[in-house]
Amino acid sequence: MTGSTSDWPLWEVFVRAKRGVSHVHAGTVHAPDAELALQNARDLFTRRSEGVSLWVVKSSEITASDPDDRDAFFDPAADKTFRHPTDFELPDEVANM
Amino acid sequence: MTLVTYVLRQGDRALILAQRLLEEITHAPEIEEDMALSNLALDLIGQARGLYTYAGGLEGPADDGHVRTEDHYAYWREQHEFLNPLLVEQPNDDFAHLIARQFLHDAMALPYWQAMTNSADDTLAGLAGKAVKETAYHLRHSRGWVVRLGDGTDESHRRMQAAIDHLWRYTGELFEHDHVEDELIADGVAADPESVRAEWRRVVDEALGEARLEAPDDGVMQTGGRHGRHSEGFSYLIGELQVLARAHPGASW
Repeated sequence: MTGSTSDWPLWEVFVRAKRGVSHVHAGTVHAPDAELALQNARDLFTRRSEGVSLWVVKSSEITASDPDDRDAFFDPAADKTFRHPTDFELPDEVANM
Repeated sequence: MTLVTYVLRQGDRALILAQRLLEEITHAPEIEEDMALSNLALDLIGQARGLYTYAGGLEGPADDGHVRTEDHYAYWREQHEFLNPLLVEQPNDDFAHLIARQFLHDAMALPYWQAMTNSADDTLAGLAGKAVKETAYHLRHSRGWVVRLGDGTDESHRRMQAAIDHLWRYTGELFEHDHVEDELIADGVAADPESVRAEWRRVVDEALGEARLEAPDDGVMQTGGRHGRHSEGFSYLIGELQVLARAHPGASW
């Protein structure tokens, strides 16, 4: 047997803690295929009753935002008042906004 | 006490298989597989613990007045007192051997534990109920790897076939029963291992087919482990299993 070959692809693991809530990202595992990714995820992330459902997604299948684009992507648009519905006059009938 | 012998056979099957799995930790193909093998081993150790504790209670106080604990059965028995089938003590050789051994075992253990949930012995039925869930997962894991390697590269296929060919001779013993068990089987305490052989064969053939592997012909089967006659290398396994407990008698974990 040899040591880690590290040529297994990486998978992102999502765990649903209980029925009715969404799957939340829990971490990553290496696995040669989806079935084993699921089993590895089970061994690593749900052995202590952390969840009732698991998703695995190949990390390479995820298109992520580039950290370098952070300003352009995520800066709040506070100075662009037209993006906030503050200038609309609400009809009296709308009570709670 | 035939029931004690029976319970120890089941406990030893689980413990010795766990010990072989644990030898592989840090040597598996990836750290994730190290985790998986440790989890299988921990489940098996849990099964052995329950069975050993039950055996101690059945035996009652020994000459020294103490009831035997699980540690006694694991750490203070001699080689010939271990009653596991030879299959589970076979060395890891390569990852394909480890997987083939696990798969040939799990395919028997799952239907056997399922049958044992109907045992007339409440303790054994309870232990079986827990083991069924665990073993179903073990079989899923080992079967998946048999298919993955058998239906993989030329090299993985060759190694998987070689492992199945080599370990096949140890499968006959899994279905043996003798005078120790026959009475327990008649009383509904023990399940008849022969009764799960067809299901074992069905699961094995199906997986081998999917893996493009050939089932070997049934030739001469090796036997003796369940009577305390073990294969070469067993003394090393037991030595490693017991060295800490014997170097530090009475130490607690």
